[in-house]
Amino acid sequence: MITVLGAGVAGLCAATVLVERGMPVQVLDSGRAGDGASWLAGGMLARFVEAESAPPEVARLGAGAVDWWAARVPGVVRRGTLVVAPARDMAELERFAARTIGHARIGADRIAALEPDLAGRFACALHYAEEAHLDPRVALQALADRLQERGAVIRYGAPPVGGRVEVDCRGIAARDILPGLRAVRGEMLLLRCPEVTLTRPVRLLHPRFPVYLVPRGDGLYMVGATMIETDATGPITLRSATELMSAVFAIHPGFAEAAVVEMGSGLRPAWPDNQPRVTRAGGRLHLNGLYRHGFLTAPALAGQLADLLVRSSHQEPADAH
Amino acid sequence: MKLHDVLRDSRLMLGTAQYPSPRVLSDAIAASGCGVVTVSLRREIAGEPGANGFWPLIKATGARILPNTAGCHSVQEAVTTARMAREVFGTDWIKLEVIGNADTLQPDPFALVEAARILCAEGFAVFPYTTEDLIVAERLLEAGCRVLMPWGAPIGSGRGLRHADALAALRGHLPDVPLIIDAGIGAPSHAALAMEMGYDAVLVNTAVARAGDPVAMARAFRHAVEAGRLAHEAGLMPPRDFAVPSTPVLGIADLRPGARA
Repeated sequence: MITVLGAGVAGLCAATVLVERGMPVQVLDSGRAGDGASWLAGGMLARFVEAESAPPEVARLGAGAVDWWAARVPGVVRRGTLVVAPARDMAELERFAARTIGHARIGADRIAALEPDLAGRFACALHYAEEAHLDPRVALQALADRLQERGAVIRYGAPPVGGRVEVDCRGIAARDILPGLRAVRGEMLLLRCPEVTLTRPVRLLHPRFPVYLVPRGDGLYMVGATMIETDATGPITLRSATELMSAVFAIHPGFAEAAVVEMGSGLRPAWPDNQPRVTRAGGRLHLNGLYRHGFLTAPALAGQLADLLVRSSHQEPADAH
Repeated sequence: MKLHDVLRDSRLMLGTAQYPSPRVLSDAIAASGCGVVTVSLRREIAGEPGANGFWPLIKATGARILPNTAGCHSVQEAVTTARMAREVFGTDWIKLEVIGNADTLQPDPFALVEAARILCAEGFAVFPYTTEDLIVAERLLEAGCRVLMPWGAPIGSGRGLRHADALAALRGHLPDVPLIIDAGIGAPSHAALAMEMGYDAVLVNTAVARAGDPVAMARAFRHAVEAGRLAHEAGLMPPRDFAVPSTPVLGIADLRPGARA
């Protein structure tokens, strides 16, 4: 039995890949379902858009993510991503276009055809047609159910195990054995706004308050996210809430009537280069530092982790002699 | 360490916001050779400052920390932030920003002078972010500032030295006060121009942080600042309105048929 610590996106993806390779797995999480950073994620499978600021490896890791998720969980929506900018910040759009691939530059007519509610609001946008999005909460729950159907054990609030831990996916909590890991606070909103209909993630480029909005269906929208170099927990600040709200208002003024369903904040784990990776420390394999790219990179990293685990278990008898 | 010595070692200062990652930031600091980095207390490092692991990465670069009061809109906010920064970063240096307009982020000169007076009296070494206005500059010096940081253009705009004549006049009026161009530098050529004009240093953030390759851009700024400073020390030729032949005349061409080439 392989023990995986952490039932966020990293732990559940790792467990899924291990189970699919025929290994018995138990997942232990010291918290409750839904109190980790993954629960607050945007769920954008946006490898081209993320390449604007992420290390190139993130886009490579994310290449198979849309198909991986679509094969395992419901609610993967393949409608691409729209990147827009206010009229006076068109230079930001040009900069973004120059830094990324996988997009088509579209004008007002095409924007209106893709998202009728954005008609007349933006003269120009970048459309990343091959990207997709999912609802992280639906996806994580589906992955957990699927694991249990296949015989894996998932326990929340579990005390630390006495036995051996092979895989550690605890996110920022793993700083006790991963000193290079740092926390980057993120804050988000969940809005209900039946008045505005958008069907794909929209990212607004703004020099001061960049924001993205991800439709969750049924008039629900996730709005994110701040990036603050701190490990301060606690509720969202008024400043952050105001910035997120005014930016989303700039995407569509109809959001003025939105109900604020939820305001959340969490700590993303990140390495100094912001690149997610599998590492070995303290006698375990770690899948950590997913930063802003958990749902995009966890499947590929889970595959790497499983390869390493199989290799080391083959080596163990040899080491013992 | 005195500002004078710091400027002798490095005339480039870097802001630490907006980099793709802390690793890129520390590589850019190393490539720039800069001796001073600014850190915003208010926004980037809220809560328990830097306990998240960001702060040790900045400290490890060896650059001197110049905390700033970015985002403060009142005297009270700026003074409180400065006092917090002194505790947190263990330095009396403070880059004083009191923003007067949320859109242009231009300084509020009245509040700036008032906050500078309070902080100088408390023993801070105040680096005020100001405009090119000479009278405001004089008021800041009267308030106790020993250095001034006039803008080139609005923060983050990358427009270079928008009022170069006024900046030249400021330099001319205050020959002995360290003057650092604080905002609006978008390209190494802007930095070189400021240094050629005799400014003592430039502070750059967005132009490096948001470049396609921030580390390479940091190196470009290092060379530009060095070039501009060297040019200032070497003495620039005065511009003229007419041409002056610059090829030395070593003899008269012998164009007779049969002459040796």
